[in-house]
Amino acid sequence: MNTNRSHKAKSLRIARLHIPSHVLMILWSLVVLIPVYLLISNALKTKMDMYNSPFGPPIPLTFDNFQSVMASGNFFNYFANSLFVVGLSLFMILLLGSLTGYALAHWAGKLSRGIYFFFMIGMMLPIKIATIRLMELMKALGLFNQLWSIILIYIAMGLPIAVFILTEFIRGLPADLYEAAYIDGARRGKIYYSIVLPLIKPALATVAIYNLVPIWNDLWFPLIFITQEEKKTVLLAVTRLQGQYTTDWPKVFALLTLSALPVVLLYLGMSKQFVAGLTAGAVKG
Amino acid sequence: MKGSDFLQSSHRLRKSGLNPGGSYWFWYLLPALFIYTVFMAYPMLDSVRLSLYAGTTGARDYVGLANYTRLFTDPVVSARFWGAFKNTWVFFAYHMLVQNVLGMLFAVILTNRTMRGRQFYQTIIFIPTTIAVMVSGYLFRLLLNPQFAGPSLRSMGLGALVRPWLGQEGTALHVVSLVSVWQWVGIPTMMFVAGLQGVSEDLLEAADIEGCNSWQTFIYIKLPLIMPVVGMIAILTFVSNFNAFDIVYSMTGPNGPPKYATDLIGSLFYRYGVAGEHPIGIPEPGVGAAISTTVFAILLVGVLPTLKATQGKE
Repeated sequence: MNTNRSHKAKSLRIARLHIPSHVLMILWSLVVLIPVYLLISNALKTKMDMYNSPFGPPIPLTFDNFQSVMASGNFFNYFANSLFVVGLSLFMILLLGSLTGYALAHWAGKLSRGIYFFFMIGMMLPIKIATIRLMELMKALGLFNQLWSIILIYIAMGLPIAVFILTEFIRGLPADLYEAAYIDGARRGKIYYSIVLPLIKPALATVAIYNLVPIWNDLWFPLIFITQEEKKTVLLAVTRLQGQYTTDWPKVFALLTLSALPVVLLYLGMSKQFVAGLTAGAVKG
Repeated sequence: MKGSDFLQSSHRLRKSGLNPGGSYWFWYLLPALFIYTVFMAYPMLDSVRLSLYAGTTGARDYVGLANYTRLFTDPVVSARFWGAFKNTWVFFAYHMLVQNVLGMLFAVILTNRTMRGRQFYQTIIFIPTTIAVMVSGYLFRLLLNPQFAGPSLRSMGLGALVRPWLGQEGTALHVVSLVSVWQWVGIPTMMFVAGLQGVSEDLLEAADIEGCNSWQTFIYIKLPLIMPVVGMIAILTFVSNFNAFDIVYSMTGPNGPPKYATDLIGSLFYRYGVAGEHPIGIPEPGVGAAISTTVFAILLVGVLPTLKATQGKE
């Protein structure tokens, strides 16, 4: 009996090492990291070094590819455009989404529920379906080739999830907070600004991250609505690669690295918030 | 429970005066409602109407179902449509059978409390998801090109790996699908992790005492309990796969080469509705709208029963 127990304990110890699980995790980590390594290491090589040793480390190291990509054309302009679009879209999604959440959380009634449901439908349907009509709408409004066209689309696209998350969150706040402030003479605008907004910061962060990645990484709408060179976003610069550096792959790798870097670094810096934000749609509270 | 708290609190608020009728709150949500309606809801619905017209804004004629007839029966157009339709299902099958099964497997591993390094693995699995599809697609397009590592691989005796993976009709779609799986597997993984973390510890302990092995625990306890998450992921996968475009655009091109082998509904929609289909090169908004309306219908037919089957009443 004693030996049986120690035998059992030993097998439990071995089971707790989770060897097959680690093997699988390490294999998949390699599948993820090898392409990323090839991307960065080859961006740091000369053309000759890349062809001679595509898998080797970047020795000697060269930053020429990055330099020439950044020096060429409108590189910083592309970045500024992407930042402007992402920044303004997120700000408007958070502002309009929180105002709507504030209203829907407090306004009880058929119409309120109807409006909530109307927003929720937008979570299930992809806005790409509307592209043909949006093209005509933007042309009619004179917004074709304006960054405003894609900003308005991104705001509309981001609102359903924002309304969903923020309404639920504001509903969960203790009502005493409002009541005390109301008795003290604060009105709904003041309560929104000085009580609700500070309290919903975590939910605002979730909404921001949920929308940040798809907006920064969106190709479809800039590709269709922005043809003018000075209005282009970072990903549109990537679409021009084929013509631009066909024979100079290390430069292509450098540009790909630069366009992926901002979001990847942001993610590595705050991975917990990213995972919570990007998977927010599925876990309904 | 949350709901009754809410009712109670809104009742108190009403008495205190913060909660008058709708006209008061309406102003708060009007800006959002306006933008959402004008730039999303209305254009989506009106695309359905546009599918019944031919021509562009200036000269548009009502043609009834002619765009659909063309899409489904015209020898050239329907060959493209049914080709892309079939490819999209293959693409979807990869995401359901490889991406979501891997995601489930990873999530079970990552929620095992006695396993070390979970946070580290989790961070890595999610990295590709934060990279733009345009960037990762283009990266793989270069890495898979025999020009990139062909000579090196041959000298290492791995010449069998040197093939124009994206240039052969037999392999292109499979490679494109697998790259997309590489990119997106982080999403189901993390959603399953969140779902599995909600499974009660007592239940798992009871199963352990009853002598269930880990496979039995998974099949009889964990899986039924996270069915709502499974359904949600199936829906998300379905919706995004029937709209996928970037991956084809970046890895092979908007025409879905070779010989339309990687053409998906998303790229077909782009060519007919927006860019213009070879060899005419003039976009046909009516046909484009017919394609997007068809996608809309396919999504509804797929999504609603899945919702009903997996999202239990709360």
